[in-house]
Amino acid sequence: MQLSCPSPILQHETVQMAHGAGGRLSQELTARVFMPHLNNPVLDQLDDQARFDAEPGRIAFTTDTYVVTPVFFPGGNIGDLAVNGTVNDLAVGGAMPRYLSAGFVLEEGLPLVDLERIVRSMAEAARKSGVVIACGDTKVVQKGQCDRIFINTSGVGFIPPGRDVSCRNLLSGDAVLLSGTIGDHGMAILTTREGLSFQSRIQSDSAALNGMIADVLQAAPNLHAMRDPTRGGVAATLNELAASSSVGIELDEGALPVREEVRGAAELLGIDPLTVANEGKVLLVVPAAEADAALVVLRAHEHGSEAAIIGEVVDEHPGMVVIRTSLGSRRILDMPLGEQLPRIC
Amino acid sequence: MKYIDEYRNPDLARGLLKKIENTATKPWAIMEICGGQTHSILRNGIDQLLPSNIQLVHGPGCPVCVTPLETIDRALAIAAMPETILVSFGDMLRVPGSGKDLFMARSEGADVRIVFSPLEALQIARDNPEKEVVFLAVGFETTAPANAMAVHQAAREGLGNFCELVSQVMVPPAMRAILSSPDNRVHGFLAAGHVCAIMGWKEYEPVAEEFGVPIVPAGFEPVDLLDAILKTVELLEAGKSGVLNAYGRVVSREGNPQARKVMNQVFEVADRPWRGIGVIPASGLVLREQYACFDAEKRFDVGHISPHESPLCRSGEVLQGYLKPSDCPAFGKECTPQTPLGATMVSSEGACAAYYRYHRNPEKQCN
Repeated sequence: MQLSCPSPILQHETVQMAHGAGGRLSQELTARVFMPHLNNPVLDQLDDQARFDAEPGRIAFTTDTYVVTPVFFPGGNIGDLAVNGTVNDLAVGGAMPRYLSAGFVLEEGLPLVDLERIVRSMAEAARKSGVVIACGDTKVVQKGQCDRIFINTSGVGFIPPGRDVSCRNLLSGDAVLLSGTIGDHGMAILTTREGLSFQSRIQSDSAALNGMIADVLQAAPNLHAMRDPTRGGVAATLNELAASSSVGIELDEGALPVREEVRGAAELLGIDPLTVANEGKVLLVVPAAEADAALVVLRAHEHGSEAAIIGEVVDEHPGMVVIRTSLGSRRILDMPLGEQLPRIC
Repeated sequence: MKYIDEYRNPDLARGLLKKIENTATKPWAIMEICGGQTHSILRNGIDQLLPSNIQLVHGPGCPVCVTPLETIDRALAIAAMPETILVSFGDMLRVPGSGKDLFMARSEGADVRIVFSPLEALQIARDNPEKEVVFLAVGFETTAPANAMAVHQAAREGLGNFCELVSQVMVPPAMRAILSSPDNRVHGFLAAGHVCAIMGWKEYEPVAEEFGVPIVPAGFEPVDLLDAILKTVELLEAGKSGVLNAYGRVVSREGNPQARKVMNQVFEVADRPWRGIGVIPASGLVLREQYACFDAEKRFDVGHISPHESPLCRSGEVLQGYLKPSDCPAFGKECTPQTPLGATMVSSEGACAAYYRYHRNPEKQCN
């Protein structure tokens, strides 16, 4: 009789604890899921660190962790979101995004087809925005210890010499521009997550904006500040900008671009679209003299076709954002408090 | 958006404002009952646009605000029990109890879930047969039919692990209480459109007659509200009382008989305490005897509850129209949406929250 040890099963359908243990299954995961999509000359070295040459100017460095649920949503998934979000965080500081790291926390049992779909989306998003995923890491945790998949991306970009874009630069008289419609991402997620019984056509706006921003910086070289209005939406971001520069901001209610279906869902849920997250929009504060030029460039771009001048920076009410309503009255646009709560009647 | 945009039309609104200005010759105090209307008024700055002799007084129609502290404390105690899932509308989670709110309870491990409809709570009960699912059934006549339907449905299905912690209140008894008070300063009312959609406006006729006041069922958009204010002012100036409907696209004299049928089948009228105000006779709804097994108060023994209100909070005066939120000494100081002393600073329909959100220190920032 011949005895033989059973060899380990390599072709798993789902993520196993051993995929994160650094052994043969880890190698298999890298070879089968990550490398075919993410390979590039920096990552292919498979060293413990990525090495690359610096460019002139200052270095911009940022990090963000993505825990969105559901993982797949109309208009994107956690993978492209994790790339676009970090690319945008670099770009709004006036940096040219170049290199990203990707850290994965995977829940045991996650289908590998889902992981591969997410990784493929990351690769596609990186290609579109011209960044390189230069290093990565994977950990697996037991079922119930995370929600399917969490991704951290950190990013490095370079700010050309002489460029100074900062939330502390706002000046009275500046124009406030928004690159498109408000609340698309958050409403896409919310209407999916809450399992509402209405059919929503709302798509997330998840997109990398570095190409568009680079063009705007050509047209409006004295641009003062940019921020991407993600969590907390336009309301939170404008309040932060007003507070950082100790200026007031005034908005025209009628100028705020909101998609019909987002407005409808927001009405139904009792939520102000101004407090809802965006993942493919940028708020820009530019000197009044450059506002029109910036607007023309934004509108010429696929992610900025519905861009608008939504308000201006004022000396009054420092740290506060005020909306001029269509009726001619005024109200404060406050910093949202936290969790969005639906109204009860 | 159809049925919304036309009621936000600035030209129509300006026309109505002009008419109000031309009609009002005396000072009038008009109370909007509903907290949803209070928020719309402040959000759109309607109070700033009205002539100075028309004063809007904010009423008690915020279900979260008037839910007694004792009910919140009871909900917290039930939520803390390991075998329960407490299900609620989102607004209730941040309302401070004597010690904490339901968000804090959740962070301490309680299973507290937000739903948009009580029927979702029923589904949670079906999906979790090993747990007791308790729905925090608060609200005015608007939420009562759906909350009643959930109990009715649970009884039909024999869903033994579902029950409701009920704090249902009704508008007309509150109006009577306000009008009967020696301190009353309200001349006319905008009735709550959604409540009237269920109950019909005929139940306001006796109130209008008894107290000699105009009552105008109103919608929630600027044009709706201004139209209702104009109608109220016209009646006041003409010395007339009675009910005049300004929300015809939603409200009828008869209301919704089917909704009332299920409501009456499951609930009966009882005296009810209102947070900050006290007990108003025959102002609440409780589960009828045959549905007593769905009553969370009876099902869970949480021991003695001794609620503790902040002595600084004057929400009771705010809810009855005696005090403007911004005139409360604690407003924006000890009491903010982050550190609310009372429910009126929390709820999306609370008057204090509306003032804080839209008109904080308005003379300095907004004029």
